[in-house]
Amino acid sequence: MQYETIGAFGILIGIVVRFWPVWIALAIVVTFSLTFRKRLGLYGQLYGNRAGIAGLILCLFWLFTAVFASMIAPFEPLQQIAIMKDAPPGALDPDTGAVFLLGGDRLARDVFSRMVFGSQIVLVIAPAATLFALIVGTMLGLPAGYHGGRIDNILSFLANLVLAFPVILLFYLLVTPGVRETSIPQWLAGFFLIFPVIFFCTLFWTRYSSRPGLLAPLLAITFLLGGWLYAGLVFRADPLGLISLAPNELNIFVAVVFASSPGVFRIVRGLTMEIRTRDYVAAAQTRGERPWYIMLWEILPNARGPLIVDACLRVGYTTILLGTLGYFGLGLTPESPDWGTAIKESSRLLRAHVHPALPPVVALMSFVLGLNLLADALREQALKD
Amino acid sequence: MAGFIIRRLGTMALAMLCLSLAVFYLVDLEPNLKRLAISQLNMRSSTEELESWLQRNGYRQNFFVRYGQWLGVIPEQPRPDPATGKAMPRFSFCPEGGQAGYSGVLQGDFGCSTKFKVPVIRKLVPALKATGILMFWVMAVMVPASLFLGVLAGMREGSRTDRTLSAASITTAATPEYISGVLFTVVFASWLGWLNGSAASATNQGISFYNFTLPVITMALYGTGYIARMTRASMAEVMTQQYIRTARLKGLSFGAVVVRHALRNALITPFTVIMLQFPWLLTGVAVVEVMFRYQGFGFTLVEAAANNDIDLLLACSLISVFVVLSTQLVSDLGYALLNPRIRVQ
Repeated sequence: MQYETIGAFGILIGIVVRFWPVWIALAIVVTFSLTFRKRLGLYGQLYGNRAGIAGLILCLFWLFTAVFASMIAPFEPLQQIAIMKDAPPGALDPDTGAVFLLGGDRLARDVFSRMVFGSQIVLVIAPAATLFALIVGTMLGLPAGYHGGRIDNILSFLANLVLAFPVILLFYLLVTPGVRETSIPQWLAGFFLIFPVIFFCTLFWTRYSSRPGLLAPLLAITFLLGGWLYAGLVFRADPLGLISLAPNELNIFVAVVFASSPGVFRIVRGLTMEIRTRDYVAAAQTRGERPWYIMLWEILPNARGPLIVDACLRVGYTTILLGTLGYFGLGLTPESPDWGTAIKESSRLLRAHVHPALPPVVALMSFVLGLNLLADALREQALKD
Repeated sequence: MAGFIIRRLGTMALAMLCLSLAVFYLVDLEPNLKRLAISQLNMRSSTEELESWLQRNGYRQNFFVRYGQWLGVIPEQPRPDPATGKAMPRFSFCPEGGQAGYSGVLQGDFGCSTKFKVPVIRKLVPALKATGILMFWVMAVMVPASLFLGVLAGMREGSRTDRTLSAASITTAATPEYISGVLFTVVFASWLGWLNGSAASATNQGISFYNFTLPVITMALYGTGYIARMTRASMAEVMTQQYIRTARLKGLSFGAVVVRHALRNALITPFTVIMLQFPWLLTGVAVVEVMFRYQGFGFTLVEAAANNDIDLLLACSLISVFVVLSTQLVSDLGYALLNPRIRVQ
């Protein structure tokens, strides 16, 4: 059928206007950062690098889009307006005069709104899963690299086992309705959640064990937060109702952490083996410090440069993994607005309509590109020092 | 060297044993068995009927016994039909389980595919052949292109070519197959109409430029950027070495220095990187084959997993793990052979 459209120029203006909260937030952050650039350390240095600025702006753009999604998107992600089925970009709804900026999809939903809401799913799961993978990989990589020997052999063998699995196979085995009916996701979530709790307890214990006045509240906070996360994620009974993951989301989360922590393990292990030979580690050993103090307070801070770069790349990689999951229809519901699912839905119908496929494709690509540019700029800064 | 290879092969066998056990456990979960039984009987079968089907076909035996039978180290018993007393196979379309004896993976019997209704071997061999053809063309495009670009960029570090190529390779690293596939299809199939957006005809009518170009370039793109970047780093490092300066100072032309002195040393790292790309390439194979409807290994894997085809999925996992582990071994050995400074112990 024929629609009245607002034209290519109208679409462009419409999209730019729709993103107004993002532009304001970006302007505030960038002006603030540029003013205090000298005092912001590594973050400030990024503004001296073209790739760094581009990467930061792309990442912040999607971050703010996720935060302000409900203000930006003109429609709800699942809202259907039957007459707008497969409408071209810029089409006007003949009844209400509302604009479908990037057209409508096969189920008459607004492509633009779905792309905006899709960013929320990606920007919650990808960084959170990366953080967990970082902590798990660090907690296992530090002793493997520091002690070597049998611990190293066993842990490396296990890490190589997981890495020998093609990711797609791992997901097809772990993210299935069958697995969700069992308690495997809960068990795995419980297992992975232990690591942050142990990490922070060891971190505080090794440093402040002689100052019980400081240690006690820190440990209490760790246990409280850890217990809260446990209640929310593993037992699905958060007393405050803030943390709740649907079983399929938990399953995805666990699978992504499982797939990416061996990579972190390998990097941390390699870094630890290299840093272990430095003089300040020998000095700490001579002082009689315990192994975990040396690992967490001497080695880890000195390994932070490569780890930050890796974390950046890994968030991008996790985003790609989430897209793969969505593309194969694993875990996420078919009507979920996330980018991978949207690409799957639209790529089947490319012969008929091209426009629903392009927005999620461009969104995913630009976010990952931003992260890659950021990692590149960080690496360059690290080499300069 | 021989000792090293034997030890690595031992580790490889152990890893495959552990992984197949893990996969066996995961495909063998209660909900999966239920779905298998339902697919073999019908939707309205009662719980007792499903249970008796599972019982009769040996799915209720001890987990390790069944794993041993699948592997071929524990003999299987014939399954008599309660009505006639004659031995009957698990699936009507598959000649198996007639007599007692070892019939597992070690004997070359991979079982039955419930989705395609043929023995697993009959499905896997053509699929692997099809994927082999795809991989050959991907490698034929990806390796020369990425090495050429990487050497070109690393030859003169910091030059305009270098910066342009670096930017391009960062962009391709942000373009997984499901994105480049959509973009290429939109441009070359929907808008320009030069190429076919589906490789379904390649499976039965043979491959042609028209139906096979899109899958190949889609898969090659992601790896090209990555390998080009590695080659660039390796080349840039080699170009700072003393022997390059010596070669320059004795009056050789820049081209001769690059081709005769730098290239061989610079290509050691990319070789190992290409070999270690295989786990990712397998995922790429799955995406590309599903997207372009090409009936290869990745397509079979996805179909097997989506339809809970236990035997086929087990065979697919075994093959992919084997491919990954053996390419790792080849990568290590190749590195030692190419680089005489490395000694294997």
